[in-house]
Amino acid sequence: MELSQRHQEYWRKNLVITAILLGIWFIATFVVGWNARELNSITFLGFPLGFYMSAQGSLIIYVVIIGVYAKYMAKLDKEYDVAEGELE
Amino acid sequence: MSSNTLSHSAFNRQLKKTYSWYVGGFLIFLVALAIAEQMGLSKAWIGYVFLFATIGLYAGIGIMSRTAEVSEYYVAGRRVPAFFNGMATGADWMSAASFIGMAGTLFLAGYDGLAFVMGWTGGYCLVALFLAPYLRKFGQFTIPDFLGARYGGNIVRTLGIIAAIVCSFVYVVAQIYGVGLITSRFTGLEFGIGVFVGLGGILVCSMLGGMKAVTWTQVAQYIILIIAYLTPVVWLGIEHTGIPVPQVAYGPVLQKVGELEKKINADPKELEVRQIFRDRAATANAALKDPAKAYAEGKAKLEQNVASLKAAKAPADQVAAAEKALAAYPKDEAAAKGQWNKDKGLTARANPVRAHAEPFPGKDEAARHTAKLNFLGIVFCMMFGTAALPHILMRYYTTPSVQEARVSVFWSLFFIFLLYFTAPCLAVLAKYDMFTNLVGSSFASLPAWAGAWAKVDPSLLSITDVNRDGIVQWAEVVIGGDLIVLATPEIAGLPYVVSGLVAAGGLAAALSTADGLLLTIANALSHDLYYKMIDPNASTGKRVTISKVLLIVVAISAAWVTSLKPGDILFLVGAAFSLAASAFFPPLVLGVFWKRANKAGAIAGMLAGLGVCMYYMLRTYPFFTNMGVPKMDLWFGLNPISAGVFGLPIGLATIIIVSLLTKAPDRETQELVEHVRYPNLKGDTMSTQTA
Repeated sequence: MELSQRHQEYWRKNLVITAILLGIWFIATFVVGWNARELNSITFLGFPLGFYMSAQGSLIIYVVIIGVYAKYMAKLDKEYDVAEGELE
Repeated sequence: MSSNTLSHSAFNRQLKKTYSWYVGGFLIFLVALAIAEQMGLSKAWIGYVFLFATIGLYAGIGIMSRTAEVSEYYVAGRRVPAFFNGMATGADWMSAASFIGMAGTLFLAGYDGLAFVMGWTGGYCLVALFLAPYLRKFGQFTIPDFLGARYGGNIVRTLGIIAAIVCSFVYVVAQIYGVGLITSRFTGLEFGIGVFVGLGGILVCSMLGGMKAVTWTQVAQYIILIIAYLTPVVWLGIEHTGIPVPQVAYGPVLQKVGELEKKINADPKELEVRQIFRDRAATANAALKDPAKAYAEGKAKLEQNVASLKAAKAPADQVAAAEKALAAYPKDEAAAKGQWNKDKGLTARANPVRAHAEPFPGKDEAARHTAKLNFLGIVFCMMFGTAALPHILMRYYTTPSVQEARVSVFWSLFFIFLLYFTAPCLAVLAKYDMFTNLVGSSFASLPAWAGAWAKVDPSLLSITDVNRDGIVQWAEVVIGGDLIVLATPEIAGLPYVVSGLVAAGGLAAALSTADGLLLTIANALSHDLYYKMIDPNASTGKRVTISKVLLIVVAISAAWVTSLKPGDILFLVGAAFSLAASAFFPPLVLGVFWKRANKAGAIAGMLAGLGVCMYYMLRTYPFFTNMGVPKMDLWFGLNPISAGVFGLPIGLATIIIVSLLTKAPDRETQELVEHVRYPNLKGDTMSTQTA
């Protein structure tokens, strides 16, 4: 079947949110990891920041990334009429 | 079909009720055991009660969930709600290594150990964004299924089967090893018997009910393992931070650890002990230059000492001491050489304490840079490996819808996060406790837990008064990583019932992961190999029966390999991640996101990824190079465990290049890609939803 304009737009929006969240993931992981020594000179909640991020901060960001994606996509599914029917 | 007798929300409600009762029951069970302990129940019996009660429970769930229906057996009827699939994935994911080993690694390696914490959580972002919803929409049974359908033909499917079996088998051996270790430690059964008791628990559950039984057992196992992990940490946290959520409040404790590290590094007694180690190493090095001469001289000196004491009519105790020293001298040159080679390694114990919170320590800028690259390399491989391990991806076939699959990844990571953000906290609290209560105590009155563990297992804890001052210096303590989790209840001064609980938690972690892995292997063989390639006309009953038989065969061969005690488990696990990342991640992700990817590209890419990864390991890992494989220099100083850093990009690039050089995939394949991209595509003729 041919995909409609709307369908293609849905997929584009999906790619955009995926790219944005992946960017955040990359920063929380590799940019933070690369600069961990430097970040450690900052104190946060009593922790050196570099240690805090790798032990807890980045993990919280990961959980949020996935939560935001699930919420956003549920909305997008409805908006573009590709959501699954109600479960019986 | 029984799965349709209850509506989705009613089923969800019923599950919540059942598991609430289960949690309540489990807590009552713990209290009852604690009371029994006060009344004099022995430690061995507490161990037995935990072992048999929990394995009996898992077996019971397995028997209640028995099934011979294909969709129930392979994907739990596709009606596992997101929340519960999250718990099941958590248990599936967290292995004996996470439960017992992780906090120990962090204790020993400090910041650098956090590579595993980040890698094993951040990978779920990739699962959520790139794989879970699309695989769920595809809606078949296994990961090779997707590769087979997307790229067509049996070659890609076969490569998928091989890769799935290799990664899962390597990983399952590590789990069974963990099961044997825990049962033998806490009940006194022999290692081999422990392996088979555990194996029984695994088999009853997965064999009778396949994915259905494994899912509901894993939920039960998650609950036990998280209660077991958090209880002692919360207790220890109240002691050292004053609040019951030590995870948010251990920053100041970490600072105090930093101050104590500086104090230890400046303490003259500590320096004295380190000097003794350096001297011993120097003596050993000198002796090893001419072992024959050194051996003869050493022996002659001791003999002469005895003789001269006797001649001078020295007091009897002095003579006895000299004779004892002579008797303790190595029997021959070979034994002496072994001793000296061991002493040579003592220089490691002469090093100052590393700062716990310092990332990438090294003697100079170059060493620090290499440490940083290796840290990020491990993070990379663990993350992409997470997003490519078939036993995890398979779990997202079991949710009722695409949206539930997305939400389910959220719950998975949330439940995993609860343990992974506790482990670094436990490591810091344990270190603080040891720095304050163990260091500086006298050998005559060691803390009770230290005395007990040093007696039970010297490989986990050994303390020797090297400088004979009667006081414990940190340099005199050698700790095995597994001690941290196992001994925490006693360090925190909790009753033995909590130690039993921790053992039950470790067992749950190992059993649940082993269940998922064995099922993956058996399904790859029975569904992908037998049904899809050998006998497509096999009846559903026959397929399920074959899967059950294969499960037993695989389990027994895994137990057999385990009993050979293959070497470095951590390397094996790391290798499994690197291999999975190189082989699976590129074809899976490109399969969804790039319509142009074709069969030739997938075959070339999987082979290239796997090939590069294995080549790097073979040429750099000592186990292989010692067997005669010519050794080569590390690329960018990256250790063999991070081989996926090279394998994955090369695999990805190969798929793209070869696909572009060959014909685009046919219309039908392109439609499949469109089909998986939309949760519900109106007018879509394709129907892969079979449940």
